[in-house]
Amino acid sequence: MTAPPREPRAQPRIAAIRRRRRTRGAGRNLLIAVLVVIEVVPLAWLVLSSFKSQADFIDSPAWELPKHWLFGNYADAWTSGRIGLYIRNSLLATAPSLALIILFGVAAGFALEVLIWRGRRQVLLGFLLGIMVPGQMILLPLFRIYLQAGLSGTLWPLIITYTATGMPLTVFMMATYFRAIPREILEAATLDGASTLGIFWRIGFPLARNAVFTVALVQFFFIWNDLLIALTFTTNDNLRTVQVGLLNFTGQYGETAYGPLFAAISINVLGALVLYLLINQRIIKGMTAGAVKG
Amino acid sequence: MRSVLGDRRAIAVLLTPALLVYTLVMLVPMGWSLGYTFTQGNLIQGFTFNGLGNFRKLWQDPQAHSALWFTFKYGIVVSVGQVLLGYLLALLYVFVLRRSSALIRTLVFFPVILPTVAVALMFQKLFAVAPQNGLANAATEALGIHHGDWFASSTGAFIVLVIMDVWRSMGFYGVLIYAGLLDIPEEMLESARLEGATGWRLVKHIVLPLSWPVLISAVVFSINGTLKVFDSVLALTNGGPGSDTTPLTLYMFRTAFSYGDYGYGSTIASLLTVVCLGVTLIIFRLSRRDLTKG
Repeated sequence: MTAPPREPRAQPRIAAIRRRRRTRGAGRNLLIAVLVVIEVVPLAWLVLSSFKSQADFIDSPAWELPKHWLFGNYADAWTSGRIGLYIRNSLLATAPSLALIILFGVAAGFALEVLIWRGRRQVLLGFLLGIMVPGQMILLPLFRIYLQAGLSGTLWPLIITYTATGMPLTVFMMATYFRAIPREILEAATLDGASTLGIFWRIGFPLARNAVFTVALVQFFFIWNDLLIALTFTTNDNLRTVQVGLLNFTGQYGETAYGPLFAAISINVLGALVLYLLINQRIIKGMTAGAVKG
Repeated sequence: MRSVLGDRRAIAVLLTPALLVYTLVMLVPMGWSLGYTFTQGNLIQGFTFNGLGNFRKLWQDPQAHSALWFTFKYGIVVSVGQVLLGYLLALLYVFVLRRSSALIRTLVFFPVILPTVAVALMFQKLFAVAPQNGLANAATEALGIHHGDWFASSTGAFIVLVIMDVWRSMGFYGVLIYAGLLDIPEEMLESARLEGATGWRLVKHIVLPLSWPVLISAVVFSINGTLKVFDSVLALTNGGPGSDTTPLTLYMFRTAFSYGDYGYGSTIASLLTVVCLGVTLIIFRLSRRDLTKG
């Protein structure tokens, strides 16, 4: 009874499905286009503007291309804007902090997860507390300690503070990682007569190579992009990290030299872009791995 | 094996550096800051005992109240924005773009690693009115939405701040939640589809309940970051106009370093710490209750 009418209806139905697919495809492409515009246009505008002359900024609308491409803006930002010096300071503060974070954090993660002793749960929880507490809670006593220890005026306050604030997340991520390593591997080593420290150096650390790289990436971005700690402890202009320098960039030129300012911002963005193009999958994995555990 | 993995000397060697740095540079200053809350003064004037004076002041200080209110307002609006857009992005990656989502994922994630200061300065220029309308201003004006100077009104400044911080981190939450959605078994979605659940109903009844844990992680992570907001505000609005966009973090920083009141600054930092810990605990409690109900 119902069979005959079904036949002619099949045709329009297929057409309807096709139409729906087509509109779905169009909607999909529109969504992609919107996302690309939202992400790319501001950054492209930033970089294009970094080649503009002062006259371009004042006389032409923002959406116009530069009339003369001024590559000199970058040289200005680098030397008279001191971005070169600030990047050097950032590197000098970041590299030792990262090395110490990795060395201390991986060892502690190993001691807390692989080695067996009483109270290790409580110590791990104690480290976790540090993830929640805001940086403002430690700044003032540290400022006093560094001043009285005569460390102000050097990069040491930054290195020490970064090493400490990087500890909670690193210890926690490494402990989580070591938890997943099969016990048999370690047991085999103990049967071979290796010492505890030997197991850590020759088996634990090398096994954790990937996790170490991930942790290092996450901590690198935390330290490199930090403003609060750098702003508090860089007491003179020669010690400024790149973030503090960028924040004060407008001040030095009295809000007038737009080209070099855009160039200075662009240097930061383009530097990040190069790094991102090289290892974006690792960065994404690392940042999100850090997050789930945080 | 137990004796090797329970070697006390090795435990001490591996754990001590991390524990020492963490204790001396984070735990001790936290306690020290709590001690400061009962004092008045700074490094130059010296400290005098102030009893509960700082807490009384905090209770009556209208600026502290507005900073606390702004912290909550910003935290809730930006966290909702980040997680909601992140969730929508994740749905887009999983259900619409499917296999071809890698490129878009990578693109939308990129701003996550950019220095906040650089992003904030870029947004300042995008929404600037001088020397020329920034690109975003020019666009809104072309659409007939004339706003004038965004940073001169507290609503305008807040809107730009929210847009910026959502733009900056939605890609992060997109990937975080995407990873959670991938864990939903394909058969489960397939059988739901066969029973006629599609589109919004599929999301509401199947996807949302199954991705609840990762959603809670995202909310906790987001709120923990937004309550501590500092870089974005300082670099974009500098807390202005007036002190309309000043959160607790910035108010603490100003109180301690511009007005030289360490005692009151520590009191504000303590309030912030209590807020961060409290909110995290509340979310965990609420989410656990919901899980047992569902």
